Amino acid sequence: MKDDQLALSPVLKAEEREPATTMKRNGARRGRGLRQLATAFPFLAPNLIGFFLFTFFPVLASIALSVTKWDLLTPPEFVGLENYANLIGFSFDQGRLQFNDPDFWKYVWNTIFLMGAIPLAMAGSLFLAILLNGKFPGRSILRSIYFLPSMCVPVAVYMLWRWLLNPGTGLLNWVLSYVGIEGPDWLGSTTWSKPALMLAGLWASVGGYNMILYLAGLQGIPGELYEAAKLDGAAPWHRFRYITWPLLAPTTFFITVTSIIAGLQGGFDAAYIMTNGGPAGSTTTIMFYIYNSAFQWMKMGYAAAMAWVLFTMVFAITLLNWRVGGRHAQFF
Amino acid sequence: MPSSSDKSRWRGLTPGRIVFTLFVWGLGFTMLFPLLWMISTSLKAPGKEYIMPPSLIPDPVHWRNYLEVFRAMPFGRFLFNTCLVTVAVTFGQALTCSMAAFAFSRLKFPGRDKIFLLYLTTLMIPGVVTLIPLFVIMQYFGWIDTYQALIIPGLFSAYGTFLLRQFFLGIPLALEDSAHIDGCGPWGVYWNVILPLSKPALVTLIIFTFMGAWRDFLWPLVITNSLEMRTLTVGLSIFRGAYVSDWNLMMAGSCLVMAPLVFVFLFNQRFFVEGIQLTGIKG
Repeated sequence: MKDDQLALSPVLKAEEREPATTMKRNGARRGRGLRQLATAFPFLAPNLIGFFLFTFFPVLASIALSVTKWDLLTPPEFVGLENYANLIGFSFDQGRLQFNDPDFWKYVWNTIFLMGAIPLAMAGSLFLAILLNGKFPGRSILRSIYFLPSMCVPVAVYMLWRWLLNPGTGLLNWVLSYVGIEGPDWLGSTTWSKPALMLAGLWASVGGYNMILYLAGLQGIPGELYEAAKLDGAAPWHRFRYITWPLLAPTTFFITVTSIIAGLQGGFDAAYIMTNGGPAGSTTTIMFYIYNSAFQWMKMGYAAAMAWVLFTMVFAITLLNWRVGGRHAQFF
Repeated sequence: MPSSSDKSRWRGLTPGRIVFTLFVWGLGFTMLFPLLWMISTSLKAPGKEYIMPPSLIPDPVHWRNYLEVFRAMPFGRFLFNTCLVTVAVTFGQALTCSMAAFAFSRLKFPGRDKIFLLYLTTLMIPGVVTLIPLFVIMQYFGWIDTYQALIIPGLFSAYGTFLLRQFFLGIPLALEDSAHIDGCGPWGVYWNVILPLSKPALVTLIIFTFMGAWRDFLWPLVITNSLEMRTLTVGLSIFRGAYVSDWNLMMAGSCLVMAPLVFVFLFNQRFFVEGIQLTGIKG
């Protein structure tokens, strides 16, 4: 059986490469191509039709929409790049920078501010993973407990945090009053609304996906490395700094990139449930602005243009990922 | 750090290890506490949730809050809608993606790699880009506020196809070949060889789709407008608007929205963890 596998696979591999090189100008081959298509089509059709109808076509339509002005009721009106100019354009008025849509830039800033929770969440995930990698009674139960908040439904989680952050009767301010701090009106204050959302997000994500990835990374580090370092007299911090951290670099990099991409598109559920984007727009993110522009104010074209600006940001991070990630892949 | 040579977790409990154990458990309890608080509030009699100092144990236990939730809002209907949509999307996506992934990885046909490249390209495009055109398409089809709109766009996924294709490529061709010798056509190979051998990848896709569909908020919010068509998440947000200071009822509603998903998680944890590792490492 083993021999069969070895003998067969190179032959089939070579055959597999064939279509790409020989499909041209050969009647018999073309006939075979049609037969192959007839076999493959039933497998492909359901997904492919759905893909074209609900992914590929909407992407093209979105480009078209972004150069129109459309409220869904009257016919769309072609406006060229006006939406983009209104969104990201700026001018200088007596030497002062004037944005065409200052709200948009404010919401970009909000989004970036809220993404400030990413390093905290990553440090927390790594910390929890290191704890779980130790030995103590009830480890598997505790792993589930750490993991549980990330399994909850975001809308319900934000509802719960509204209650915990309630200024007069919420649990958090009661705990703070115990240590002599008068807690703020978290969700009603422009200063504290963003930290409040970050806190809720941290709780819901710190023990989740990223912690599991870090844990898998930690379990992949050979124990001998630590034994050898111990023999050389390396202190725990040094073992972390010179063994754990560098060997987890690919995991850290992967988590950073995925978190930034998710963060740029984030904040909708939290803003909708907890603050409705307020107070004074202090928790409105790009996503929430897109939603409002499209479905509250019926500015379909403007919202589509905004989605493409958001795409550009996400794409920039993806490109960076390829550049840097490629180098990482050679290292490990 | 505890020494790794200890065979038993209980033997040799040094003071350092006791402190460590207490610390990790204390941290776990702190993380769990908001959820306990949610359950506790949902069982307190109206008005009792404001009593200071707060107590975790509701006295008396007021189960009626849950009945009240069902009376105030058609939560039964929301639950039915979410279950229907989640199950349909999860299994539909597993089916269409595995079939397409089979074609992309095991069949030869002209243009295969070009089409797959198109799939890959759309992976980078955030869902928000297609949100508005999708809404317009649904409106054009007359599907606004229908199950079709909640389910059908979710049945196809470039990501799912990609994930499964990568996994299928790793299955030895020799296994397929012996199936051919036994007289299996492509459907036989797909159903009897490839699918049973790709359980880890299928389970991963199913779990992620299931979670995503259950939690989804933006799409059902945009595409439905009658109360009967709302899903649990959207229903809860409407409930919030109507009963804004009835914290007992709101926490009871939140518990209801979360409970099924949490139970699914508790009984299938292993798959969640393995699924995350599979996609994380491959991604």
